[in-house]
Amino acid sequence: MSEQSIEPVIDVRNLVTYYGPRKILDDVDFVVNPGEIRVIMGGSGSGKSTLMRHLLGLHIPRSGVIKLLGRDIAKMDPREGMAFRREIGVSFQGGALFTSMSVGENVALPLREHFKLDENTIRIMTRLKLEVVNLGGFQDLMPSQLSGGMIKRAALARAIVMDPKLLFFDEPSAGLDPVVSAELDELILKLRDAMRMSIVVVTHELDSAFKIADKITVLDQGSVLMTGTVAEVKASPNQRIQDLLNRRPRDQEVDVDEYLRRLTGAGEA
Amino acid sequence: MSLNSVHRVVSELGRVSLARIEELGYIGSLLAESLFFLVLGPRRGQPVRWHQILHQMRQIGADAIPIVALLSMVIGLSLAINGIAQLKAFGAESAIVIGVALGVTREFGPLITGIVVAGRTASALAARLGSMVVSQEVDALRVIGVEPARYLAAPPLIAAIVMLPCLTLVSDFFAILGGGLFSAGPLDISLYSYFHQSLEALEPWDVMQGLIKGLVFGVLIVLIGVGTGFSVTGGAEGVGKATTRAVVMSICAILIADMIFSFFLNR
Repeated sequence: MSEQSIEPVIDVRNLVTYYGPRKILDDVDFVVNPGEIRVIMGGSGSGKSTLMRHLLGLHIPRSGVIKLLGRDIAKMDPREGMAFRREIGVSFQGGALFTSMSVGENVALPLREHFKLDENTIRIMTRLKLEVVNLGGFQDLMPSQLSGGMIKRAALARAIVMDPKLLFFDEPSAGLDPVVSAELDELILKLRDAMRMSIVVVTHELDSAFKIADKITVLDQGSVLMTGTVAEVKASPNQRIQDLLNRRPRDQEVDVDEYLRRLTGAGEA
Repeated sequence: MSLNSVHRVVSELGRVSLARIEELGYIGSLLAESLFFLVLGPRRGQPVRWHQILHQMRQIGADAIPIVALLSMVIGLSLAINGIAQLKAFGAESAIVIGVALGVTREFGPLITGIVVAGRTASALAARLGSMVVSQEVDALRVIGVEPARYLAAPPLIAAIVMLPCLTLVSDFFAILGGGLFSAGPLDISLYSYFHQSLEALEPWDVMQGLIKGLVFGVLIVLIGVGTGFSVTGGAEGVGKATTRAVVMSICAILIADMIFSFFLNR
């Protein structure tokens, strides 16, 4: 597949972002093709969550261009923005289910806000999606009554209820036992095959990443270390990538002057 | 004081004032956004939902009636007790009727209502929205394509604009009733004629003044509650701090606004 023949679903160029005075992402390029499952991997503080929040349009970047489904997300008017929101689905790390609504109402919310449908249609569509994530019959429970794995699956049902072209999944396996997280991986693969979605998964779980990824993007300290297939990433000679894969603690270089300055507090007002 | 510490105090002062101005601007933009969605939302596919407004009207307004009524009656009673004790010295006890009527409708009615609603609603809004921010529910709304201001700020704001004047009327009634319950004996008149005299003493403008105050207090309470809720950072502790802050700040705002209003409306 050459990049010229197919328009990528995500096309990020030269993304630079700051959190206060601190630079988080430095000149990041990120391209995802249709039907691909892309895993963004990296240690804590590598900027992977920040990258995803920018892709979702939750933050405004300092510079760079983010195109999703061929449209520059910074240049959309509100009407285009609404239409665009129907094309993407997001499952947040903690699920982010609305605690004041039942599971069914949570899943139905995007439908209610975007389309004028009668209650029967909404109910059927909601239950269909709950069946897809193996939560059939749980629509009347409240989020507080669900287990961790069920919350993730309910959040996934809400994310796919409008049949998005692009699905984002933040840390699907965080806080779940291995069996449940393996089930979620299967579900992600099934969604891609059944619904032809392009899926971006942010994770630091290696097993899960290797199982589902078509390509992996490795982030470290705000820059892309490499993007490649599972085999390419595993074979990479890069020291930081091998540290990450083999769970080795990184060698911290100690700047003696800086260390002393931190300890003594010299230079502070 | 060394130059260094002067510098530190001045820069801290600047930082704090900047933060306050930023907050004011944010609260103003929340108000503008909420009203925008109320008027133009339906055309943009972002309508403010009636059932949400009604739900908030119940929580902010109807559920507060018992406590507002009780406290207003207590205030009415103590106004009458104090008033009669003082006025006795001049043999002018009968002036208590007009005193309570004016004081309650212009000042105490909206003030008690405002303080009760600040305690109930500002804290509830800040806690609810704050925990929604922490659990990424607000982000989830955004990515679904629901403007948080339309969905979370506009309904309580509209509910408060409708309900606070109503609650103020309830408060007026019960405070005058409280005044009447105590005064009827010493003045040797019936409760009915106490009310009658009160209504005679009042001009429509006196009551209107209170209602306008109540409305403005409602707007302040909701904006401060929602604003502090949306600005929560730092997990559960942040939510707790925001809740306290919302109550303290909205009560301050109410008292200051009340003073400003009394000054301008009585010129």
